[in-house]
Amino acid sequence: MMEPTLSHYLMVSGALFSIGLLGVIVRRNLLIIYMSLELMLNAANVALVAMSHFNGNLDGQVMVFFIITVAAAEVAVGLALIVALYRKRRTAETEDLATMKL
Amino acid sequence: METILFNIFAVLAVLSALLVVVNPLSRNPVTSAMFLVTTMISVSGLFVLLNAYFLAAVQILVYAGAVMVLFLFVIMLLDVQETARRKLRIVSLVMGFVAVGALFGVYKSSIDATYETAGQDSHALGQAEEIVDADGDVVVGSTQALGKELFSHEGGFILPFEIVSILLLVAMIGAILLSKKELR
Repeated sequence: MMEPTLSHYLMVSGALFSIGLLGVIVRRNLLIIYMSLELMLNAANVALVAMSHFNGNLDGQVMVFFIITVAAAEVAVGLALIVALYRKRRTAETEDLATMKL
Repeated sequence: METILFNIFAVLAVLSALLVVVNPLSRNPVTSAMFLVTTMISVSGLFVLLNAYFLAAVQILVYAGAVMVLFLFVIMLLDVQETARRKLRIVSLVMGFVAVGALFGVYKSSIDATYETAGQDSHALGQAEEIVDADGDVVVGSTQALGKELFSHEGGFILPFEIVSILLLVAMIGAILLSKKELR
């Protein structure tokens, strides 16, 4: 068996990103869409750490550190928004939140 | 050994990510959240294989810990029983798979093409390069190395670090304000 190379890690990252995008496209529940967004952020993290490892440069890991921080802040605000929305409309489904649709 | 671990973590990450999004057995957000935890832990395993030990620990603490607790808390606040019943529309499922499959195909072929043209370059072939610091010691993604990179680097990351702290403060205030009973 051959050692995992950069392209292997990039493949995993691409697969995770695609699955996250699939979730954003297909699912109707706001919470699941949010989880899919987290998946996509994680895919970017895997790519950055792999690049950092295989190019001998720690800057990629610093970038991931910042991404994780921003993602945590984003989740806090986003979930607060979802809760506020749910209080007003009693739903967390995107199909029912189509007031601005023509 | 590294190869076996990589295969385990990669397959686990991708499979549980798929189960987050399209679980044939359950529409329940709690199930998705649990599989998301599995994905996060597998990704942190990949980080360990890439010598990014600090990030692996942070990944588990922040994602599997804080973010997941927040998600489960909100799922409990909302009424999930009603949402669990709804079926996915088959058309949107097929179209989503086609679009995402096409995207992944483009991604894969571009990586393959890059590696073909890169040829014998050990860099591009993915031979890991040892990170060496000023004293000639081999550096891995330990807490110490990352801290040095963040703070003591010439033209380092001190300003972004402070900006991120302000961002966290803003997010905290925003979350509290949004969750208040009456929104004005």
